[in-house]
Amino acid sequence: MAFQILLNVFLGFLWMFFTLTYEPVAFLKGYLFGMVILFTFRRFFGSRFYLGRVIAIISLGLLFIKELILSNISVLKLVLKPKLDIKPGIFALPTVLEKDWEITILANLITLTPGTLVVDVSDDNKILYIHTIDMDDAQEAIDSIKNTFEKAIMEVSR
Amino acid sequence: MIEIFKIIIVALILIGAFLSLVAAFGVLRLPDVYTRNHAASKAATLGVLAVLLGTFLYFYMEEGQVNSRVILGIVFIFVTSPVAGHLISRAAYNSGVKLWDKSVQDDLKLKEIAPSKKRQ
Repeated sequence: MAFQILLNVFLGFLWMFFTLTYEPVAFLKGYLFGMVILFTFRRFFGSRFYLGRVIAIISLGLLFIKELILSNISVLKLVLKPKLDIKPGIFALPTVLEKDWEITILANLITLTPGTLVVDVSDDNKILYIHTIDMDDAQEAIDSIKNTFEKAIMEVSR
Repeated sequence: MIEIFKIIIVALILIGAFLSLVAAFGVLRLPDVYTRNHAASKAATLGVLAVLLGTFLYFYMEEGQVNSRVILGIVFIFVTSPVAGHLISRAAYNSGVKLWDKSVQDDLKLKEIAPSKKRQ
């Protein structure tokens, strides 16, 4: 991915030198043309076309913000409810992600999800230990959320 | 146009202050370290974010200056606060702080067996 972006910047500079105009607009024009060229020659690169990955990163950021707002609403309800009928507990969640940065992002996302907080990661990076505030409805709902998170992160790293 | 932005700014700052207040209530009301961490690491994050965003918009609309430091502050808090919550609860667990009495499940206990098995 980094190589493709570097190549695209290089093509942008090349366009500036071709047209003898050294302005940001000329660079942007060259960058866009270079993007078209990279898309045409995408099968020669080892990884996929980098724009898809950029879009995946942006959608991951939007997911982050959405989860932050949802979890705040749930904490708000929990704290302001007159009766304290919570059932906290710690459960284990096996994960398929392998690289360190993927697990870090997954743990951050889980911490910002409604009602969950990562307490520990096992030594072989295979299991996350998660403290949840309500054990009843947690299990299935949270597992499905985890699947969307893991999928979104895998979309970036694939 | 300006009036609409004023309303948005006021709403953002009030929401931020309210969320920080709720986080403080949560820290007082909830029973143990872990559940308190839920309130502190989530509600306080979004509260500070909303206040900073309101400040940024105010100085942008009123003085016309784009203060990128506020945006950087938002990003830093967004990245570091869940990590802080995780580290505090992990340190609490490792130093033997008990869960609340009514907690139903504790899978992390099983973890203590695994490394000792490896050593044998």
